Amino acid sequence: MTTAVPVKSRRPWTPGQIVLTVLGAAVSAVFLAPLAWGLFTSLKSETEAVAVPTHWLPERWTVQAWKALLATGNITDWFVNSLVVSVCVTSVVLLVSALAGYGFARTEFRGKAVLMGLVMSGLMVSPAVLGVPLFTTVQQLGMVDTYWGMILPQCAPAAMVYILYKFFQGVPRELEEAAFIDGAGRWRVFFTIVVPLSRPSLAAVGIFTFIASWNNFLWPYMVTNNPDLMTMPNGIATVMNSYGIQWAQLMAGGLMAGLPLIVVFVFFQRQIVAGVAHTGLAGQ
Amino acid sequence: MTTAGSVLAPTRAGAGAAGTTTAARPGQGFQHGGWFVAPFLALFSLFVIWPLLRGVYLSLTDANITGTGERFIGLDNYREALDDPLMWDALGHSAYFTLLVVPCIAVLAFLLAMLAHHIERGQWLWRLCFFVPFLLPSTVAGNLWQWLFNPGTGMVNHVFGLDTPWLTDASYAMLALVIETLWWTVGFSFLLYLAALQSIPAHLYEAAKLDGAGAWQRTIHITLPMLRTITGLVIALQILASLQVFDQAVVMMDFGPGPENSTRTFVQYTLEEGFTSYRVGYASAISIIFFVIIAAVALARMWLLRNRTEEAGR
Repeated sequence: MTTAVPVKSRRPWTPGQIVLTVLGAAVSAVFLAPLAWGLFTSLKSETEAVAVPTHWLPERWTVQAWKALLATGNITDWFVNSLVVSVCVTSVVLLVSALAGYGFARTEFRGKAVLMGLVMSGLMVSPAVLGVPLFTTVQQLGMVDTYWGMILPQCAPAAMVYILYKFFQGVPRELEEAAFIDGAGRWRVFFTIVVPLSRPSLAAVGIFTFIASWNNFLWPYMVTNNPDLMTMPNGIATVMNSYGIQWAQLMAGGLMAGLPLIVVFVFFQRQIVAGVAHTGLAGQ
Repeated sequence: MTTAGSVLAPTRAGAGAAGTTTAARPGQGFQHGGWFVAPFLALFSLFVIWPLLRGVYLSLTDANITGTGERFIGLDNYREALDDPLMWDALGHSAYFTLLVVPCIAVLAFLLAMLAHHIERGQWLWRLCFFVPFLLPSTVAGNLWQWLFNPGTGMVNHVFGLDTPWLTDASYAMLALVIETLWWTVGFSFLLYLAALQSIPAHLYEAAKLDGAGAWQRTIHITLPMLRTITGLVIALQILASLQVFDQAVVMMDFGPGPENSTRTFVQYTLEEGFTSYRVGYASAISIIFFVIIAAVALARMWLLRNRTEEAGR
């Protein structure tokens, strides 16, 4: 077991640190092993993939499964669909939940308490809980098998409103007061003072919304039957399985579906952890 | 509100005093506030409140999937549901899954976070390794483990020298589902714990060290109490998520109910009734029952939480 830790050490290795690092490496290996096996499988031929007894590394390395997958064509459609849906959902969610979180946290209007209670009750409703009535609603709106039908029902997450509401409550009022005295209106204050201050929280909300939407299976599964409209997770799970499972291809497809988010996480992980701490999620 | 993250929490006194001045501003009240929440409320009404109300209505009818010619049949659907052994089975599977998964996730996430927090080198690497499964779509994680659990060609039996029919034997299927779920979702709770650990003020540990407390004592007397709120949150989120389990179960069982129907979850049963048997009225009735259960769990949590804060306040 080697530890692939970057060695820019300032402090010397203590015995305790060595033990912990070895332990960390061992646990990481357990976490990564399934992924590694998936990757190796995708680089085997279909016959080698189902050989008994199984083995880790391909005897003959081949990108045949990846090529076959790309050749079927669907996968690029699914990728674009996933991207369109996730980007739209994330943008809409960020906008409406930031506005609503701020409205509930910092403005007064008639019926605020009742509406807030209603939104909190929404924390308990999801497509999993009320999938069938939600489907008939979307059906009434004529949105089955459309982008609208996939996107809009994902755009009312009470949880995100609640997280941002909690955060906005913590923004010092003095900052806003000063701007009001200078003659700025509510909207101006929101966009020029509050939003820039909340960038880490908004980033966390945005990233988690994007992850959830990219990986969402249940709702797109209910609302689309048309393979051209499917998102990545759905296409791979429903269409590829229905041909009879070709494991090497399935693993290649899975890795393709997972890769974009892994890349995003590698680049943004510091912001993600900071964002989680910043929203107050971790500490309230 | 006075725990780890309180750096960010509002100072109550200041907020209250300033609040009255803002509220008193003429013309800054109802209209503006109303417009801030309006876009969200529009979407929320259409895709949360309306389906909920519609579900209540449909549950009192014999509606089919086309939504035409439904008849009002009163509480018949509910009566049928309470006598329906498949519904109780499905509810039992979801509850059993939740009971198995939630404590494991909480403990595992805490241990992983402690590990990642205390290793000085390569923080980003540990974060990535423990979190990466959560970044996979549920279907991909499900397919991957379906493949790993395959008795002949799968790695699990190969590595541990077993001969277990994981996905085809009713006594192992749920266990397989739990193992997959732990691997796939623990990263999220791990990240919450890690953020909470990082926001515990360092001076608490320094003070304890000066008083001669060892690493173990510092963990018991500082870390664990400081993490109580995040643990509550992790458990609450995980209970709600686990009760709604669906994706990995159907993917790993090839869209079926598992061996001897042993992994058919509540959500799966609802959707089967609605979309496979076309019994929208009945499916709505069991959805409403499910909603009531989820709401009861959430309210119980709020009630417990309130009691605890009151106790702490005394």
